[in-house]
Amino acid sequence: MLEWIAELLSYPFMVRALVVGVLVSLCSALLGVSLVLKRYSMIGDGLSHVGFGSLAVAMAFGLAPLQVTIPVVVLAAFLLLRLSESGRIKGDAAVALISTSALALGVLTISITTGMNTDVCNYMFGSILAMSTSDVRLSILLSAAVLILFAFFYHRLFAVTFDESFSRATGIHAGVYNMLLATLTAVTVVLGMRMMGAMLISSLIIFPALTAMRVCKRFLPVVLVSATLSVVCFVIGLGLSYALSTATGASIVAVNLFAFLLFSLIGAVGKRRKPA
Amino acid sequence: MALLTCEGVSLRYDRVTVVDHLSFSLSRGDYLCVVGENGSGKSSLVKAILGLMPLAGGTIRLGEGLRRSHIGYLPQQTARQRDFPAGVQEIVLSGCLNRMGLRPFYSTKEKHRAAQAMERLGVYGMRRESYHELSGGQQQRVLLARALCATQSMLLLDEPVAGLDPLATAEFYRLIAELNREDQVTILMISHDIDAAVTCASHILHLSGEPLFFGSAQAYRESEAGRRFLKEGSHA
Repeated sequence: MLEWIAELLSYPFMVRALVVGVLVSLCSALLGVSLVLKRYSMIGDGLSHVGFGSLAVAMAFGLAPLQVTIPVVVLAAFLLLRLSESGRIKGDAAVALISTSALALGVLTISITTGMNTDVCNYMFGSILAMSTSDVRLSILLSAAVLILFAFFYHRLFAVTFDESFSRATGIHAGVYNMLLATLTAVTVVLGMRMMGAMLISSLIIFPALTAMRVCKRFLPVVLVSATLSVVCFVIGLGLSYALSTATGASIVAVNLFAFLLFSLIGAVGKRRKPA
Repeated sequence: MALLTCEGVSLRYDRVTVVDHLSFSLSRGDYLCVVGENGSGKSSLVKAILGLMPLAGGTIRLGEGLRRSHIGYLPQQTARQRDFPAGVQEIVLSGCLNRMGLRPFYSTKEKHRAAQAMERLGVYGMRRESYHELSGGQQQRVLLARALCATQSMLLLDEPVAGLDPLATAEFYRLIAELNREDQVTILMISHDIDAAVTCASHILHLSGEPLFFGSAQAYRESEAGRRFLKEGSHA
């Protein structure tokens, strides 16, 4: 076992994937708790599609992928947030409209320039080889920002997530927190999508929070459990994909699904034991 | 001096004027019920007082050193909140956030304040429990405790008994009346329960497109708007 791990870590690309993956899993789980509870899960999904589109366009024009994609996705995050906040059915449909359009634009760009090849497959479903040293640096910065947000603004974040109108009334700038969440989510999605795949990155945001909520009934435990769970599932998924030569992103999602089912079962048993 | 003064206030919602030139004022210890049909601008008025909604005209002034962020607010509950994983204590504590400045964590003083509010409303025993496992009446009392943490002088309640059973409703009205009488907390409550409104409140504001009535509960009963509305209410 130890030898196998040593072998795994002897590949620099694996070490990079591990570092970026662990940090991105941590961030996406923390941000995911707020997003899922605020009913913004679709934003994560929408952002990954926008990310895919702008990544494809950036590559086609020979531009630096991260420098183009991150600002575009952050802008998209603000836009999607506004649409969701409007609280109408229209907003919900508009998110789907934007994300599929961005996806189509990306696919078209790729098919015109390089043709439908392995590149598309890599973008869509992720590649473990995609992580560079600059990704490692950026993911360290990102996770530092997310951890600071959760450590020092935890109570305000809780208040904004639980009841936005009340927290606005008591003078908390809820809009600023929403923008901050959207920006950090955008960066997380862009960083994670090339490894997890544009199709699968939103699962990193949604799964851990939902899984933790099967069992935990208070906010802090939900935050802590989902962060831990996300990192553990990522490491197991990465190990499995290496051992079995399966697609990385899909393996990680599969492990997350397994954890979700397991926690659902534990939650159901716990509920039955506890007399009403 | 009045605690709250509205002068010629107009409010617009979706480009429709819902409140037009409304003027009234509340003094310390008043208990105002705002009644009126759906869409008559009751919630908009509360939001405007809290600064969550821009005024289309007029002014809203607070007196006696009351700051806007120090009004206790009990918003309408959303379906999203009912199954939110939150502990009772953390919810009540979040009512203290308006007195924290930039400080990131609660001090003993705020924890003490939250404990007092919970005891006052009889939810101290369930402070470690999960919010979504409480009954509707208990949930409203938790949210009232949170609002109480935020204020010393004024509570704004937006249909607080909606969805509560008759027993929980009566209990909630009793708690509000007690806070009003014993602690001199000024109450502004939106209500659909017109019969309860005229018995509990000292003042009634009847909104229906234009303000039809503002005055004491006794005078409202004798006014034309009041008689019509009371009759309709008892038929429903």
